Amino acid sequence: MFSAKSVENALMNQGLILNVGLFSFNIQSSIRSLSHNVTTLYQDYPDGFSEDRARFIDFHICVEPPNLWHKYYKGQVQFFSDGFAPFTPLPYQHAPAIIEWGMNWCVSQLINTHLIIHAAVIEKNGFAAIMPAPPGSGKSTLTASLVQEGWRLLSDELTLIRIDNYQVSPFPRPISLKNQSINVIKQRYPDVVFGIESTDTSKGTVVHIRPPKLSIELQGVECPVAWVIFPKYEEDAETELTIKSKAKSLMDVADNSFNYSRLGVIGFDVLKNIIEGADCYQFRYSQLDEAIDAFAALELPQ
Amino acid sequence: MKKELPLLLQVFSQTNSVEQLTEGEWDFVIRQARAGMLLARLYYVLKTSESLNLVPKVVMRHLGSAKVHAEKQQNDLLWEVRHIAKVADKLDFPVLLLKGAAYAIGGYAASEGRIFSDIDLLVPKKNIADAEKQLMLNGWLSSNKDAYDQRYYRQWMHEIPPLVHMFRGSVIDLHHNILPITTSVCPNADLFFDSAQSMDEYKNIKILSPVDLIIHSAVHLFYDGELDHGCRDLVDLDALMREVLGQKQTNVNALNTRADELGLQRAVFYAIRYASKVLNTPVTCIGGAMNAGRPNKLVLSLMDFLFMRALMPDHSSCNDLWTGLARWLLYIRSHWLRMPMHLLIPHLLRKSWGRLTGKAAH
Repeated sequence: MFSAKSVENALMNQGLILNVGLFSFNIQSSIRSLSHNVTTLYQDYPDGFSEDRARFIDFHICVEPPNLWHKYYKGQVQFFSDGFAPFTPLPYQHAPAIIEWGMNWCVSQLINTHLIIHAAVIEKNGFAAIMPAPPGSGKSTLTASLVQEGWRLLSDELTLIRIDNYQVSPFPRPISLKNQSINVIKQRYPDVVFGIESTDTSKGTVVHIRPPKLSIELQGVECPVAWVIFPKYEEDAETELTIKSKAKSLMDVADNSFNYSRLGVIGFDVLKNIIEGADCYQFRYSQLDEAIDAFAALELPQ
Repeated sequence: MKKELPLLLQVFSQTNSVEQLTEGEWDFVIRQARAGMLLARLYYVLKTSESLNLVPKVVMRHLGSAKVHAEKQQNDLLWEVRHIAKVADKLDFPVLLLKGAAYAIGGYAASEGRIFSDIDLLVPKKNIADAEKQLMLNGWLSSNKDAYDQRYYRQWMHEIPPLVHMFRGSVIDLHHNILPITTSVCPNADLFFDSAQSMDEYKNIKILSPVDLIIHSAVHLFYDGELDHGCRDLVDLDALMREVLGQKQTNVNALNTRADELGLQRAVFYAIRYASKVLNTPVTCIGGAMNAGRPNKLVLSLMDFLFMRALMPDHSSCNDLWTGLARWLLYIRSHWLRMPMHLLIPHLLRKSWGRLTGKAAH
């Protein structure tokens, strides 16, 4: 029901409404590659074309050239959150990636009902594993593999922990793969659906892949955290899962959080609770098969 | 030509009850509030009127999130004020906090949910250099390295270039008056120090007297060209006037008298006119002093045309065909008011040249 034509029509007119996890986005754009990417990646999301415009929408966003100069001379487009532009204009070809970055910006900058961590988060048997990691640590490659191996995708970029009950609210979005990891996933999982590649971005070549259908069907189901795992891909490294001290884990998660200091004492309480209740590990790997086995062997909490 | 005010302002002025808002209308209220930097303010307005329970859950999380952000800003601000108070202890002249910081330490309702940017200080003109030196010794350094800008600020303006803290990044605007000295109505700043209010908590920091707070807020809004926060500033004025004047004629008279003393009747006239038009502020504009501030009919209808557009939240749903032009004309007007032609033209030429050659920072 997500036909390319109807998506393009909606994006160019009133906007396409996407419901992702707790949030709704109204997206407008006249850019073809963006429309194509949205059609490919967001096939399985509910209510894509809700006719009911008289509802509350969390974020009204668009990607367009800011003016004629940027459109025709510079060939650049910009992300707008209801008229406000948080980023500078970027090349036209990056539009499919820009919209994804923009959606992350909306939630990470404007929402404080959750502690928001820059981390992937996946679920199995009702418990979540949070994987905070700086870019280049292989977090997304690992996540993309694990969600093909029975783990449920809660989020690839933004871990949202409710401040009132410490549960993770899913925010399943297309997983972003960069550079070499694109081919790794293509070869391992030929059925995975890829969007359009954005080349020469500040992060190199970026492409997003469609999340598993089941993860989207279950996007309303929250779960508690059982593990906090800091992954690190190192060439030729032996697979190694070692216990990481709780104090160090807390500080490192705080460093990777968007609104830890904005939340003040609440942020500390939430994080303390998560870290106290979870097993915390440092994880080194080079072989995805071994990594998948190591995750499968994680012990469930009592 | 009377058109309906944006929904957000109907909520602020309580001409529209939130109980009747549909979810689709809430969508506009939240967007207008966010664009006008008034989202956290809206939270507190609804809290004060005990109507938070009428807010739909999906909407509430945006109000709650904005409140968290505003609280963090308020905390950070008070932390900076503590550091400034330590600097003030070493000085033998009065140091006044202005605007947002003053509302916060004075406990005014206008500070609830207010987004703060810079901290504004007022010291006597003859002590500017000492104040700057002491602030510098405590980490606040001048960020602007351009010799022309430095001289321009110091010679003609009512403040020196912004001072930025080298570790914490907080920004102080150090003033010796509330308007550039080139403005024809530039008041005698001594009057502000004479009537300043002491604070229990801070020994050597004061704030403007209650009526002066209103007057400064009015001057800032109606003489300053930057109207992107115009709506927020009008909301400040509304809150201050409701709290300080409290519908008592004697207080309104005191405001009039003070405006006369300072020669700032025009700004006060506009403040009362537009706050009551836009936000239903219960202050009536009567009395001799108020007549002195009233422009002639032609000017007044032009100003109505401009301000009733420029003072709306900066959101697409609040604009009409003329909004952009209105904001631009008021920007021109502010320069016109603040500088005589023989200074303004060389200044603008110099700035445009810098921009053309790409040398100017802004």
